[in-house]
Amino acid sequence: MKSQYKTEIFYNYIIVGVLLILTLSFLLPFIVVLSTSLISEAEWAERGGHVLYPKKISFVAYDILFGKSYVLFNAYQVTFLRVTLGTFCNLLFTTTLAYALAQRDLPYRIPLTFFVFFTMVFNGGLIPQFLLVDFLNLRNTIFALFVPTLINGWYFLIMRNFFMNIPKDLIDAAIIDGASPVRILISVVLPLSMPVMATIGLFYAVYHWNEWFYASIYITEGNLKPMQIILRGLLNQATMEGMENISFMEQPPPGASLRAALIIFSTVPILIVYPFIQRYFVKGIMIGGVKG
Amino acid sequence: MQKIWKYRFYYYLALPGLIYFIIFHYVPMAGALIAFKDISPFDGLQGFFDAPWVGLKHFERFTSSVYFYDVIENTLIISGLKILFGFPAPIIFALLLNEVLRMSLKRVMQTISYLPHFISWVVTAGMITALLATSGGLITETINDFTGSSINFLGNKDYFVGILVTSHVWKTIGWSSIIYLAAMSSIDPALYESARIDGANRLQMAWHITLPSIMFVIVIMFLLEIGNLLEAGFEQILLLYSPSVYKVADIIDTFVYREGLLALKYSFAAAVGLFKAVIAFFLLYTANRLANRLGQTGLW
Repeated sequence: MKSQYKTEIFYNYIIVGVLLILTLSFLLPFIVVLSTSLISEAEWAERGGHVLYPKKISFVAYDILFGKSYVLFNAYQVTFLRVTLGTFCNLLFTTTLAYALAQRDLPYRIPLTFFVFFTMVFNGGLIPQFLLVDFLNLRNTIFALFVPTLINGWYFLIMRNFFMNIPKDLIDAAIIDGASPVRILISVVLPLSMPVMATIGLFYAVYHWNEWFYASIYITEGNLKPMQIILRGLLNQATMEGMENISFMEQPPPGASLRAALIIFSTVPILIVYPFIQRYFVKGIMIGGVKG
Repeated sequence: MQKIWKYRFYYYLALPGLIYFIIFHYVPMAGALIAFKDISPFDGLQGFFDAPWVGLKHFERFTSSVYFYDVIENTLIISGLKILFGFPAPIIFALLLNEVLRMSLKRVMQTISYLPHFISWVVTAGMITALLATSGGLITETINDFTGSSINFLGNKDYFVGILVTSHVWKTIGWSSIIYLAAMSSIDPALYESARIDGANRLQMAWHITLPSIMFVIVIMFLLEIGNLLEAGFEQILLLYSPSVYKVADIIDTFVYREGLLALKYSFAAAVGLFKAVIAFFLLYTANRLANRLGQTGLW
């Protein structure tokens, strides 16, 4: 009996040990980037890349980013606009379609749902999509950032399932009270749907915050480039001359440190927010995974 | 007819969404017909209709080109390796987490494991590039200390696919484990209790109770992976690759992107894209049919 107890303890140590190493590996890249962003040229040169933690903290890289960059400020604004406007429209259109097709005795409900479902398994490909956006003159407008991806098929199905599982008694009671369909939607269904709305809304919002590829092909000129585009452009440059003339500074930060600061600068909002919103995401996965 | 009138409110509600799907999904499907035409990038919309039909010319050019086998092979190898390592990883991770007895510790580790999921590929690629930089990258410099040679990881054909697979696993392991943990939380605790009375240890319980109980979810998730076999990770590769690794890194999607949007060979690129879409459709369709046959619901 005692030996079994010992193996139990042994198991625990092994499991927790392996998990701690894994957990550390999730954090390590962020720690390295954060440290790199906080050191000066002199320290960088001296340590030659072995930077797990900064010995002497220097905010030079951040000074440059904060103090002088109109480009970054503008990119943040575009991303903010994209996230708010995009998420709002995504939610509005997804909800209305999902609610309509969740009506169990709506004529042609099945073919209409299949009409949406089919787009999830077959698509025309990148080139026709691109040409369409081009022909509609949407390129280099804010609409190019959310109209082509207005409704996500998966999120539509999750929402539809949710609406279909709202107890019918609640709806029937409202009908007996003489409520119109609009009234039922606004006063009965929507208040009940806040959790799923929050979840799907956050799914869309994080998509808009992080999306890079479509923005890179649709927004090629003008000042509507979102954060991820600017970030990609700057990270890809060997030096950051394009952004700032840093040669006159007494202790210029190394390119690596400036780039690291840029990564931190653009990632901090989501790093702060995600621990609080992740439970909604987890809930969303469950709703999507456990199909009604 | 009367019934439709009665439900008119719901049709009005559905209309904007349906119009969206027609314009942005069904019109591009019709637009894929340019794969059978010869359109020029400078003719605009009218040129689209006026362009001559050329039959399967572009498809034949693709299948007989030197890129054909490389691109198909790379797509299948990268995607296959991602499934080989990336599919079991979250299951093992979930099994390990499930054994952690202290709830607070488990929750913290779970939350941290979701972190990579919330980071964009642009940032992830930026971090990979920083860690693997030939001079000053933490990983490269550390290896340099031991071996005395500096490796250009991202420009080397031998390492590139490994980097893709590793970063894919890093980014997805925590998030993909959610569905398995959810399945585990609905296992009846009485099963474990009776096993314990029979003298089973934790490893045996994980093997004989936990794993079989989540088998259905595992099979469904596996079918989903197979359905998406041709999605080898477009954005990730586009952000990390360079001409020196095209030989091993160029997948169908990146090939379509370069031929179509950079070289402006719209018809040819559309043909390659359509080729992929048709195969992907059959993969997804088969995966869904299999899932349906296995019981309860399909993938959708």
